[in-house]
Amino acid sequence: MTSPVLTETPPPPGNDAHPSVSGKAVRPGDRIFLGLSRGSGIALLVIMAAIAAFLTYRSVLAISGDKANFFTTLEWNATGTEPKFGIAVLAFGTVVSSVIAMLIAVPVAVGIALFISHYAPRKLASPLGYVIDLLAAVPSIIYGLWGALFLVPHLSGLYSWLDDYLGWTGIFAYGDGAARSLFTVGILLAIMILPIVTSVSREVFLQVPKMHEEAALALGATRWEVVRMSVLPFGRSGVISASMLGLGRALGETMAVATVLSPSFLINTSLLNPGGGTFAQNIASKFSEANQFGQDALIASGLVLFVITLLVNGAARMIIARRKEYSGAAA
Amino acid sequence: MKLQRKPRVRALAVGALAVSGALALTACGTDDTSGGAGGAGKPAKAADIKCEGKGKLLASGSSAQKNAMDVWVQNYSGACKDTEINYQPTGSGAGITTFLQGQTAFAGSDSALKPEEVAKSKKVCKGGQAIDLPMVGGPIAVGYNVPGVDSLVLDAETLAKIFDSEITNWNDAAIKKLNPDAKLPDLKIQAFHRSDDSGTTDNFTKYLKAAAPSAWKHEPAKKWEGKGGQAASGSSGVSSQVKQVSGAISYFELSYATSGKIPTVKLDTGAKAPVEATTANASKAIAEAKPASEGDDLALELNYATKAEGAYPITLVTYEIVCDKGNKAETLPATKSFLTYVASKDGQAALEALGYAPLPPETADKVRKTVATLS
Repeated sequence: MTSPVLTETPPPPGNDAHPSVSGKAVRPGDRIFLGLSRGSGIALLVIMAAIAAFLTYRSVLAISGDKANFFTTLEWNATGTEPKFGIAVLAFGTVVSSVIAMLIAVPVAVGIALFISHYAPRKLASPLGYVIDLLAAVPSIIYGLWGALFLVPHLSGLYSWLDDYLGWTGIFAYGDGAARSLFTVGILLAIMILPIVTSVSREVFLQVPKMHEEAALALGATRWEVVRMSVLPFGRSGVISASMLGLGRALGETMAVATVLSPSFLINTSLLNPGGGTFAQNIASKFSEANQFGQDALIASGLVLFVITLLVNGAARMIIARRKEYSGAAA
Repeated sequence: MKLQRKPRVRALAVGALAVSGALALTACGTDDTSGGAGGAGKPAKAADIKCEGKGKLLASGSSAQKNAMDVWVQNYSGACKDTEINYQPTGSGAGITTFLQGQTAFAGSDSALKPEEVAKSKKVCKGGQAIDLPMVGGPIAVGYNVPGVDSLVLDAETLAKIFDSEITNWNDAAIKKLNPDAKLPDLKIQAFHRSDDSGTTDNFTKYLKAAAPSAWKHEPAKKWEGKGGQAASGSSGVSSQVKQVSGAISYFELSYATSGKIPTVKLDTGAKAPVEATTANASKAIAEAKPASEGDDLALELNYATKAEGAYPITLVTYEIVCDKGNKAETLPATKSFLTYVASKDGQAALEALGYAPLPPETADKVRKTVATLS
């Protein structure tokens, strides 16, 4: 919704602020404001550049001391006398658990958002929205504790059932250990990202021009057809943006994952068996006992997470840009 | 709108009251327990604390000695109002790193310094180098959760095989042989290890390597090297898993087993009777230890394969790390006086109730003498 507005306005005033202001007498207030805003803009760039330079410098130190391939090694031993570490397990775990979280959370969130915006009676809608928003206020360590003490013991039954019927796929094979696996992490992350995806989607669905909906109803469409033909296409780019916000949280979630997962450095084809790891969880658990070089290695893995997040966001922006004309936001 | 809003506001107020009430109640609960723990270590005689120096003393490191530090600091600052001691339990690795950067007066660590760390310390300790002072020990208990089994005896070789996924069921012949009277169920063994790098793992694997070299093929390290099993973060993480998961076994400091009421394994060390994990038995094992090097560095070499009667071999000794020469002038007097108290009779006696093993008198004596020579 904001992007079309941005493209219609003239290019940011940073460059031509002087000519436009210099036409009239320049007041001191203008000059101060210009200085302040320009200063903050530059400060932001400098801070970002400093962070990037720091991360890159420490990562280069670490990777050049790595005695194994940084991208393919299934081991993390950065504090040993012969440091060997690689991000393969972490990248796999991070991506897989986030994808599971998205697969579960996005449909549910869209459903809740539609219910709140188009189906629920008003008396129910606002308390429900309020409760969903409250979920976002729960600190992640609370989710971790709840996951470890309640969710994990209760999931083993479901996992055994999945194993009975889908075990042959290999993905859903399950031993009889505690259910502290990537799939559990995915479920927990799904619950954690639900509020943000829901509330943004709800706002977008509420923005659908009433005329569209009324026109569809006038043509004899049912409630579901209205949703399908006018609400969902209108809200698509908004839902994608909302999902990306949720994905960002899922990719970087630390404490909840560290509490619920049984981390180990192997890539397990079964998502239900314990094992795996994520970038953020690995950094959190290894940082306190790491020496200088070990910290550098963890920073290098953090840089990879940073790049992955950038790629995901870039891809999302491209999708949204391509769908912009269908969104109806310009209407 | 206004009329509609009011009930919601009232509901919110009720909710807020309930939440803050619950918080206040739990806060009372924690206050009580900390008061109790403080009471255990209260009788600090002024005779053993000689206040010297003023100001703030920064230290950080091992979380294993956090509870001991809390009591020491409480007693010490109760007697010496001018000194404020701030110990951050950031972990041994981080503690050594900050110490080597010259930010702290001393560091706490679960393992002695490595040669390269000693070499680095020469930058911070002008004219000297860092040394290890043993301050307190503690048994690492092996806790288990097997329904119907109240007493379990294992030896190093069986432990190594269990933690390396070679023995996978509780009714394995090797376990039966050590426990002829126990009713061992047909249950899968869930061996838990630490997912974070840890001094406890380091000491536990040192024991496995020393006492069962043929069964434990991995090198001892802070990072877990064994095959299979499940992982959890921190001593609290593994101990709560043992409580929760049927068939689980793991290793953690004794205090976690006591507070969680988790049964612990008795070790068949080759002594006449299997040895239980107690502070007294750990002290016996520390008394058996030899100094690892000559000179001021008092790092101990524990004999993990000890067969001495009643000596519990899986024992962790945590150290304070200071410069032998070249400590910062402004913190030196306070550091010396605090460490002297810590190694004193009263300082060590304050620990037993917490599940730590006090140093044997001769070792404590040596530590005090070394502390006196710090400069």
